Formats: sequence, C-alpha cells, structure tokens
Amino acid sequence: MCEIIVITSGKGGVGKTTTTANIGVGLAMRGNRVALIDTDTGLRNLDLLLGLENRIMYDLVDVTSGRVPYKKALVRHKKFETLYLLPTSQIRDKSAVNPEQLVQLCNEMKSDFEFIIIDCPAGIEQGFKTAIAAADTAIVVTMPEIAAVRDADKIIGELGRADKENIKLIVNRIRPQMVEKGDMLDMPDINEILSIECIGQVPDDEYVVTSTNKGEPAITMKDSLAGQAYRNIVGRICGESIPFLKPPKEGFFTRLKRLFGML
Amino acid sequence: MFDVLMKIFKKEEKKSGQIAKERLQLVLVHDRASVSPEVMEQLKNDIIAVISKYMDINKSGMEISLANDSDSVALVANIPVQSFHHGRR
Repeated sequence: MCEIIVITSGKGGVGKTTTTANIGVGLAMRGNRVALIDTDTGLRNLDLLLGLENRIMYDLVDVTSGRVPYKKALVRHKKFETLYLLPTSQIRDKSAVNPEQLVQLCNEMKSDFEFIIIDCPAGIEQGFKTAIAAADTAIVVTMPEIAAVRDADKIIGELGRADKENIKLIVNRIRPQMVEKGDMLDMPDINEILSIECIGQVPDDEYVVTSTNKGEPAITMKDSLAGQAYRNIVGRICGESIPFLKPPKEGFFTRLKRLFGML
Repeated sequence: MFDVLMKIFKKEEKKSGQIAKERLQLVLVHDRASVSPEVMEQLKNDIIAVISKYMDINKSGMEISLANDSDSVALVANIPVQSFHHGRR
C-alpha cells in the first residue's frame, strides 16, 4: 500500500523543501521505501538538502516526456538506502510537466514504494496544480506569520476545490520565547484560524541551517529540537499518537540576563 | 515575579501576536468570500430565474456583487423591476 503525500504552502520560503527532506529521511530511517519527487521545476533544491546534487543524471522532465524510465532517473541516497530522489529539471519551467503526466508516473511508481512525497512549488498556478494532482494526502506548511497563514488558508481552499479531503498542517519556525511574550501567533490562534488537523509544530532551530549547509537533514541530529519535532511528525504520519513538544521554559536568571543584554 | 513587576510598571498594551490574529481573521473573511466570475454568473442566473416567477425584471440592467465592509461581507443585488405579474399577491 502506497501513500502519496504532497508538501505545499502557497507562500515561498516557509520550509516546504526542508520539510520534504526531513519527512523523507525520517520515513526511510524507519525502513520504509520512500520516493521524493521534486516538482519545483526550474528551482531545483531538494537535491542540495539531501546532499545528492552531484549524482543527478536524468530528471523528472526526462521521465514524463518518455526519454528514460523513472527507475533510471531515481537517485538512491548514500546513507538511507530505501530513500530515492526523483530530481526535477533546472533548465525547464513549471509548464514542462502537466497533472496527467504526474498522476501516470505516480501510478507506475506506486507498487515500488510505501511513500511517495511530492515537493510542491510556491504559488497556486500550474506547478501547484500538477504537484497536488496525484496526492492522497496534502501537508500544508506554514509559519506563525501573518502572510504565511493567509496563504496557507488560500491553499487549503484550493485543495478543497480540488477535492482533496485529507489535509494536515505543519507550523514551522516557531519561536517559543516570542510566543510566550505574546509577540507571535501561537498554536491555538493558528488552529482556530485554519481549523485543520495539525501534525507538527517545529521550533526555529539553528541546527536546520547547519544541517542544510552539510546536506544532512536535521531529523538525523539527536540534539536538534527541530529534528525531534520532525521525528514526531514522521511518527504521526505512521499513525502513532505523540504529544507535542513543550517549549523549554526560560529560568529567572536567563530572563534577567536577557533583560540586561547579556544574551 | 519578573512578569508581575513588569506588569505593574508597564502600561498594558495589546501584544503584537494578538494584533496579528485579529488582522488575519478580518482579512480572511474577505479572502474566503471571493467568488469566481463563473460562480457569480451562475448565481445571477439562478436569482433571475427565481425573481422572474414573480415579476418581470430588466435582466441586462441587473447588477450583483459582493460588498466588503470593515468586518463583514454582503451580497448586494440591484434588480430593476419592469412590471409585476397579474394575480400575485
């Protein structure tokens, strides 16, 4: 049985590709056979986040145009051997793949994988429509920021119009200290506004930057809070019921230091 | 304790997170009410069909639109009536 998940957001820069890379690695760490399809044609990045940029021979457009079979274009991850990437083209644009082609490709790939995860481009134009066409489940990524939540709402509306019923939410780059001070939208606010099931609350974490630098997703880092949040998301995708992480409480002295500019 | 002291000395003002929430809720009322031109045309035809049962209306002079107020959305229809049918009360 294969589940096809699209990772989408509307707004750019909220962490779709980072989320795709982490969930993909996390599912593969649990032994699942996972294929990641990058549909952000022209702005290829998923290869970089996974450290696979030097191993690409063929791309999604080569496959959908019938030049090579998909198995030839798949790039196997060095460390997580059940994880495969189908990179997209860096020279073509979003119109190079249409929804029917992606649906047909996913139908072909279904029998070989437990999960197919599709990284969607930003926006609500043709690239978005292509990316969501084959998906059973949509994961909407947003940030506790007014424009990102508005765009997430728009995307949820578009997914509804496309008859996608299984829609989940991940809130990325939460800054617990700002939430505690009341200077950032908190989870109850976002849940009230968007009212779809939340499967992830990922704190803003420097590990995400350093791990991206190295091409190793944060989910592999034991000490990373974001990594822990991604491990929990993967558990929830696999049907486990896992409570959300509590933000670490700041002690009195930490606050005092912050007040005097020592932190 | 620190919080309590801050509360005493600082004038109470609305937190920016709360402002963000209120602004979002408002803007989404309008976003979610935006309807595609096709749906609007369909709605217009349905309204014409219903009203025409009771009176003759000037179909080409009819206007319908969604009007945005600061915190609500209204469907506004302007339907010029030409004559009433006989025998309806």
